[in-house]
Amino acid sequence: MREDLLIILPFAGAILAWFWPTERTRPLLLPAVGLAHTALAFWLLAAPPAVAPGAWLGFDALSRALLPAVSLLFLVCAAYSVPYLRMRTERPNRVFVSLLLAILGLMSTAHQARHLGVLWIATEALTFAAVPLIHFNATARAFEATWKYLLIGGTGIALSLLGSFCLGYASLHGGGTGDLTFAALAAQGASLSGPWVTIAWVLLLAGYGTKMGLAPMHTWKPDVYGEASGVVGAILAGGVTTVAFTALLRVRTVVDAAGGSAMAARTLLAIGLFSMFVAALFLLGTRDFKRMLAYSSVEHMGILVIATALGRIGVWAALFHVWNNSVTKGSLFLSAGNIRRAAGARTADEVSGMFAVTPRSAAIFVAGMFAVTACPPFGPFFSELLVVRAAFAGGNWAAAAIFLGCLFLAFLGMTRLVFAVVDGRPRASAKQGPRQFRETAGLIVPPLVLLALSLWLGLATPSVLRDSWTAAANQVFPGP
Amino acid sequence: MIGSVNLLIGLAMGLNLMALGSSRLPSVIRAMAVQGVALGLLPLLMSEHFELLVALAAVGTVIIKGFVIPHLLRRAMRAANIDREVEPLVGYVPSLLLGAAGTIAAVAVTYRLPLLPEHAHTLLVPGSLATIFTGFILLICRVKAISQVCGYLILENGIYLFGLLLIRSTPFLVESGILLDLTVGVFVIGIIADRIQRAFDSLDTRKLTVLRE
Repeated sequence: MREDLLIILPFAGAILAWFWPTERTRPLLLPAVGLAHTALAFWLLAAPPAVAPGAWLGFDALSRALLPAVSLLFLVCAAYSVPYLRMRTERPNRVFVSLLLAILGLMSTAHQARHLGVLWIATEALTFAAVPLIHFNATARAFEATWKYLLIGGTGIALSLLGSFCLGYASLHGGGTGDLTFAALAAQGASLSGPWVTIAWVLLLAGYGTKMGLAPMHTWKPDVYGEASGVVGAILAGGVTTVAFTALLRVRTVVDAAGGSAMAARTLLAIGLFSMFVAALFLLGTRDFKRMLAYSSVEHMGILVIATALGRIGVWAALFHVWNNSVTKGSLFLSAGNIRRAAGARTADEVSGMFAVTPRSAAIFVAGMFAVTACPPFGPFFSELLVVRAAFAGGNWAAAAIFLGCLFLAFLGMTRLVFAVVDGRPRASAKQGPRQFRETAGLIVPPLVLLALSLWLGLATPSVLRDSWTAAANQVFPGP
Repeated sequence: MIGSVNLLIGLAMGLNLMALGSSRLPSVIRAMAVQGVALGLLPLLMSEHFELLVALAAVGTVIIKGFVIPHLLRRAMRAANIDREVEPLVGYVPSLLLGAAGTIAAVAVTYRLPLLPEHAHTLLVPGSLATIFTGFILLICRVKAISQVCGYLILENGIYLFGLLLIRSTPFLVESGILLDLTVGVFVIGIIADRIQRAFDSLDTRKLTVLRE
C-alpha cells in the first residue's frame, strides 16, 4: 500500500497542479509532493514491505536501493524550482509543474516495475513527458535539441520494445506461458531460447543504453542538457538515467539466468569503457560548461555499466555510485544554472570571472566539480575506488588502466573549463544584464545541500544504505 | 488463414518499397497509412475465435494509424507548404535498391532464426525485419521532418508486426499500453515539428545545426 502511494501521490499532485488556479502559488506543490514522496521512500527504505512474487509492481530490493536517491534529488530540485519559476514569470508554469510531478510518478513506476512490458511503458512515457520541459525556454535552439532528443530517444525506445518482444519470444520458444515478469523469466532459466536471449540483450542494451546516454548513443545528451534549465538537467541526469540503469540491471538477471552471463559482462565492459573514452575526449575539447556536464554524465553512465560488468562487488559499487552521481550532478546542474543565468552565456569564450559576480554559486560549482571528478573525501571517490578494486580483484588489469586513464583526462578537461569560467575578470555583459541576478538563499541552499550529501555519503555512508545495496546486489546476482 | 495473413504482410512489404521510391510526401504518408490499416487488421485474422478486446485493439490501431496520424501529418505538410522531399541524402533509386536488398536479407536471416513451428511458415518475421529496415533507411536518409516521422512510424509498424508473434501470450493490457504510448509519442512529435516550422521557418532538419562541438 505504502509503495503504491509512491506512484499515486505524484500523479494526484500532477492533476492538482494542472487545475490549480494561480500561477504564483502553483510551484509550491512541487516541494510539498516531493517532501511527502521522500518521507515515504525513506520510510520504505528503513522498513521494506514484502513483495508478492508474481506482482507487476513492487518495492523490491533493487527499487529500495535506488528509488530513495531519486526521490531525494527530486525534493531538492523541487525546492530550487520555486524561486526559479518566480524568476521566470514570463512563461506559464502549468505544464512545467504538472509534468515534473508526472515524471516523479513515472520514475517511481519504472523503478518498481517487475514486468517487462510495464517497465517499457513507464520508460517510454517518461521520455515523452520530458519533452515540454526541454523546450520550456521556447528558443529555436531548444526546439532543435528537442527534435534530436525525440528522434534519437524515440529510436532507442523502439529498439528496447523490439528487445522486449524478443525476450518474450525467447520465453515462448522455451515453452513459457507468456508471463513476462522478470522473476518468471529468470525462473525459466536455461530453457529460454539462447539465440533470442542474445538478440534481446543486444537490442535492450542499445535501447535502454540510449536512454542512459551511453556512447555512441549519447549524442542527444549535450544538446538537451545544454538547452534545458538546470532543474530539468539535474532530474534528467540524476533520475531518468537511473531508471534506464535499473532496467538494464533487471534485464541482466534474466540474461544471467539464461546462461548469458559472460556475454553480458563483456558487452557491458566494452560499451562502458567506450563511453568513458568518448566522454573524456569531448571533455577535453568542449568550451560550453553546460555541455560539459552532459559529457560528464556520459562518463558516469560508463562507470556504472563497467561496475555492473565486474560481478557482485561491482554491482554494489554501482549502486553506491548511483547515489553519489545523483546528488553530485544535481548540485552541479543547479549551480551551473545560476552561473549561466547571471552571465547570460555558457561558453568559456563569453564567460569569465564568475567568482566576482556569483561567488557562492561559483564556489559550489568548483567544489562540485572536484566531487564529480572523484576527489576525496566526496562520495564518488569511494565508489570509483571500489570499482577499481573490483576490476583488480577480477584480474581486469587493462580495464582498470583504461578506467583510470579516462578519469584523469576527464579531470583535466573539467578543471580547465571550470577555472576558465570562474577565474579572471568578469565580462561587462554579466554585470549589466536586463535584470540583475541575485543569489538568494532559495537558489544557493539546494545545490549546497546536495553537495553536503555527497560529502556525507563519502565520509559516513549510513549502514541502512549499505544493507540495501547488499540486498540489491544479491537480487541481481542470486546464488553463492 | 495463414494465406490471408501472409497476403496482408506481403502488401505491407510492397508498401515499404513504395515509401522508399517516392519523392512526393503525400504518397509516403499514404503508403504508411495503408500499411497501418493492413497491419491493424492482422490480429483479427490471427485469433481463432472472436474476442472483444482484440477487436477493440484492432479498430483502435486502424483508426489511429490509418486515419488520425496521416491526417495530422498532412496538416503539418500543408502548413509548411511542402509536398516534396528535394535532395534526400540518399537518392530514391539507391534507397529502393537498398530496401529490396534488405527485404531479401530479411527472408534469408529468418531461415536461420529458431522459430516455433506455427510461425515458421508465415511472413511475420521477414516482414517485420524488412519493415524495420525500411524505417531506418527513411529516418537516416531523408531530411524533411515529416519524412523522418514517416520513417519512425514505419519502424514502429515493423516492431508491431514482430509483437504479433506474442499475441497469444501477452496480456491485452500491455498491448494497449504500448499503443497508447505510441499515439502520445506521435502527437508530441507532430507538435514539435510544428514548432520547428515556426522557429526555423522550414521543416528541413539540415538547418538544425546550431548545437554541435
